[in-house]
Amino acid sequence: MYNFEFVKPASVADAVAALGEEDAQALGGGQTLIPTLKQRLAAPSKLVSLSGIAEMKGVSAADGVLSVGGATTHGTVAAEAGAYPALADLASHIGDPAVRNRGTIGGSLANNDPSACYPSAALASGATIVTNAREIAADDYFQGMFTTALEEGEIITAVKFPIPEAANYQKFLQPASRFALVGVFVAKYADGVRVAVTGASEDGVFRWSEAEAALSKEFRGDALMDLKVDPANMIGDLHGTKEYRAHLVGVLTKRAVVAAG
Amino acid sequence: MPKDSGIGASPKRREDVRFLTGAGNYTDDINVNGQAYVHFLRSDVAHAKINGLDTSAAEAMPGVVRIFTGADFEGVGGMPCGWQVTDRHGDPMQEPPHPILAQGKVRHVGDPIAAVVADSAEQARDAAEAIVLDLEELPAVVNMKAALEDGATKVHDDLTSNLCYDWVLGETDDAAVQKAFDDAAHVTTLELTNQRLVANPMEPRVAVGDYNRGTDEHTLYTTSQNPHVIRLLMCAFVLGLPEHKVRVIAPDVGGGFGTKIFHYAEEAFCTFAAKACNRPVKWTASRSEAFLSDAQGRDHVTKIELALDKDNNFTALRTNTLANMGAYLSTFSSSVPTWLHGTLMAGNYKTPVIQVNVKAVFTTTVPVDAYRGAGRPEATFQLERVIDKAAREVGVDPVALRRQNFVTEFPYDTPVALTYDTGDYNGTMDKLEVAADFAGFAARRAESEKNGKLRGLGVNCYIEACGIAPSNVVGMLGARAGLYDAATVRVNATGSISVMVGAHSHGQGHETAFPQVVAEMIGIDESQVEIVHGDTSKIPFGMGTYGSRSLAVCGSAMVRATEKIINKAKKIAAHLMEASDADIELKDGVFSVAGTDKSVAWGDVTLTAYVPHNFPLEDIEPGLEETAFYDPANFTYPAGAYACEVEVDPETGKVTIERFAAADDFGNIVNPMIVDGQVHGGIGQGIGQALLENCVYDDSGQLLSASYMDYAMPRADDVPFYTVDHSSQTPCTHNPLGVKGCGEAGAIGSPPAVVNAVIDALQSGGKDVGHIDMPVSPARVWAAMNG
Ligand SMILES: Cc1cc2nc3c(=O)[nH]c(=O)nc-3n(C[C@H](O)[C@H](O)[C@H](O)COP(=O)(O)OP(=O)(O)OC[C@H]3O[C@@H](n4cnc5c(N)ncnc54)[C@H](O)[C@@H]3O)c2cc1C
Repeated sequence: MYNFEFVKPASVADAVAALGEEDAQALGGGQTLIPTLKQRLAAPSKLVSLSGIAEMKGVSAADGVLSVGGATTHGTVAAEAGAYPALADLASHIGDPAVRNRGTIGGSLANNDPSACYPSAALASGATIVTNAREIAADDYFQGMFTTALEEGEIITAVKFPIPEAANYQKFLQPASRFALVGVFVAKYADGVRVAVTGASEDGVFRWSEAEAALSKEFRGDALMDLKVDPANMIGDLHGTKEYRAHLVGVLTKRAVVAAG
Repeated sequence: MPKDSGIGASPKRREDVRFLTGAGNYTDDINVNGQAYVHFLRSDVAHAKINGLDTSAAEAMPGVVRIFTGADFEGVGGMPCGWQVTDRHGDPMQEPPHPILAQGKVRHVGDPIAAVVADSAEQARDAAEAIVLDLEELPAVVNMKAALEDGATKVHDDLTSNLCYDWVLGETDDAAVQKAFDDAAHVTTLELTNQRLVANPMEPRVAVGDYNRGTDEHTLYTTSQNPHVIRLLMCAFVLGLPEHKVRVIAPDVGGGFGTKIFHYAEEAFCTFAAKACNRPVKWTASRSEAFLSDAQGRDHVTKIELALDKDNNFTALRTNTLANMGAYLSTFSSSVPTWLHGTLMAGNYKTPVIQVNVKAVFTTTVPVDAYRGAGRPEATFQLERVIDKAAREVGVDPVALRRQNFVTEFPYDTPVALTYDTGDYNGTMDKLEVAADFAGFAARRAESEKNGKLRGLGVNCYIEACGIAPSNVVGMLGARAGLYDAATVRVNATGSISVMVGAHSHGQGHETAFPQVVAEMIGIDESQVEIVHGDTSKIPFGMGTYGSRSLAVCGSAMVRATEKIINKAKKIAAHLMEASDADIELKDGVFSVAGTDKSVAWGDVTLTAYVPHNFPLEDIEPGLEETAFYDPANFTYPAGAYACEVEVDPETGKVTIERFAAADDFGNIVNPMIVDGQVHGGIGQGIGQALLENCVYDDSGQLLSASYMDYAMPRADDVPFYTVDHSSQTPCTHNPLGVKGCGEAGAIGSPPAVVNAVIDALQSGGKDVGHIDMPVSPARVWAAMNG
């Protein structure tokens, strides 16, 4: 680690002000950022902890929308997002208890790791990413691996998930990291089905539109029978080839539909 | 009735109290007043010439004590290799220098170039970043086949090629071997890879060098499985220090698995730098450094051929293996693919003709050396896989094929240099059939199939040569050391006992098991016996812990020393009771005169030894302390049969282990609970290799699996509950305890069982898959199932 200053503001406004400084960086649960610092792969001058901001924490449900504060830990979502069971279930399978007790939804979405779980939930739910400055639709937010619509110093203060009629997340573990080798989130709404895939694509989380069309017509696993994902853009690495990931997308989507019921 | 003390009892591990309550004393817990910290600048490329190395800016950084480079070690010895292998033409292996810090060239990612000593670890790291390095990259040498081609880039310019040695064991006449194959009714051939592994003990390596200017004495605290070996190698071959001025301490060590046997550059560096800087110097590896600097394991590419006659008797076996040495020869690297691998190719079977060929190859990767099992897992895997494949090809039951070919008469001279003293492979297989419930498999398979899963049963046998090793034999084979061990039994005046042992305990439970033996021999309570290990200034000598040798070799030394104690104590007792030595009996800690009611207690005798007011001073010396060195007459041959049941998800290729049973013959057993634990851990590691672990370099020599994000260690939920049976016991015929060793068995015996089970599952699903290389990951299984 290199030396840095550390501040822990109590309000979003103070955090935004602190982040205005050159090379200042937000710190959520630190589950991604701290290992990066330890490896000396980043050198922020100042870390602005978001964990002391009460207005960014907690889960609430109203009018068919589940709101999660940007600094809410995975553990809290797992315990308190009962109004959106598939989301709570997803949170309960991120990392291990230590990771879940520190890591936050804001940190996960800001980082947009191509193998992270939350991006698939946000995209499949058509969630709204709320920042200190604006509201961003999930469809506009994710812009490829580790890339998002966030501006420098912009803070995710909350995420609003429309609660679907039925939903399920299927995560196939990468054997070492136990992130998603492939993860598929299926959410069924009155106006159609959304399917978002994480872990698989070189372009990060994406919507599988053919599956969405088929499932919107008929929400059954068999509806996917003739669909195939093109391996061309898939990730190929020591844990699985492009072809294998493309295949898993199909299997997991079917399983998610069956499990969602 | 299970015993509640002594040999055969299972007292809980006394050392666990300190480990589990945070009271252990590991090397990183040791801080010497005034210590400085070293950070190694390591190569981030696989192969390069060092054209420039400018430390001037770094030297000016805050806190820097001194920066060392290769130039500081000119004239200092390099890291030695402890085993000279002689090739098939009678020539010695090619042995390149292995400098402490790079001399002009780097040869793997992680190769140390410079070492910064500073007041704090962070300052040392800061300064290391300020070193200006001019590296001229050279082509990486990663693939072993390519490395042996004419014109391949050489890892070591001064060697003739990248071939370390081309070695043959068994039948050296190629034509005779070929004839056996030509005459065969059936030949089964298998090409496979035994993938490279990273040992990953929980505790990364640490070294603290301390130097006393007043006495000219060095102390090295280090994470080692064998402190005396480190002292010997470092003093005699690397730094040229007198052994009596060097003390090596290996305190609590958080797992070794082989990778802490070897003498590492960082140990020699800290010893050297402590004197050069006149300050204690400490190095603590990060996990990332461990991936790039701990010797790695396995990494063989093999073609194996098995010949059978028309009655399915094995008639010949031929193997050709490429064994990766990495960039340099680590301490015992050369012996692993040869004397610890080729010699085991007979397995449990009476194959009359065997030829083993091993070509050891230098590559620009981290050095490879012994890792739990060391050569024997590689031998077992290929043999037990090819037998399974042969059974399928000739259409016989794989267990029956094995039974038919078992060695049944002992002693048995194998065609590959070993003499098995004892064993009962059919008896062990009988135990396995029960433990694994072969009879219920068909019903379990049907149940799995109902759930859309494929179920497979995989069985294999293993044999290992442990209790390493008779010194005269290994000397003939090229070892540059003897492999005896030593123990001193020190009886205190009040009767309690300290046993100073050369074996080092780092997870094996010696602190519990060794006292059980001494306590039983004398008939006193175990709590009265304590072992001392891990410090060259406290223990007489020792070759350390590896090769499942501790109890078989060091334990035997301890028995011999205890026998001497008992003999002397009997003389004292005889004197006290005015009887003849020959009439004295020792039982339950009481000496009595045969046929009388006269007796004296153990404590009376020990007190007399140290307060010799009434003592046979004309015949014996006062005091009660004896040392014994023990050199075994032969290896020991633990053997067993393992069975694994898996379920395969045909949609994803994911394998889950549903059942695992192990039937081992370890000879006599001192502490059954500890033996169970050793087997459990070994199987866990074997399952790790079979399903998960994979150390992968890309074509440029970068380690792709350089952290736990990509290197998959087995977790608790990857392994099943094991059924372990040790009741098949043929005691070792040549050591006093009749013990064989159990530390490596699990890791040796389990990988083929898992892979055999996966193949069986796929075959049951109509997929004609002959082999899948480890790790048998979901992606690989799916690929194998789909063409
Ligand atoms: C062992 C382990 C296992 C894991 N397994 C999984 C898994 O299975 N699935 C999974 O999805 N993830 C997994 N993770 C990642 C984990 O979920 C992280 O917590 C998450 O990716 C980052 O969240 P954080 O709060 O820790 O962010 P930090 O590490 O603090 O920050 C990450 C990045 O986000 C920025 N940031 C943080 N909060 C905000 C905010 N509110 N607004 C804007 N920017 C912000 C930071 O500046 C930084 O750039 C794992 C992590 C570990 C260590």
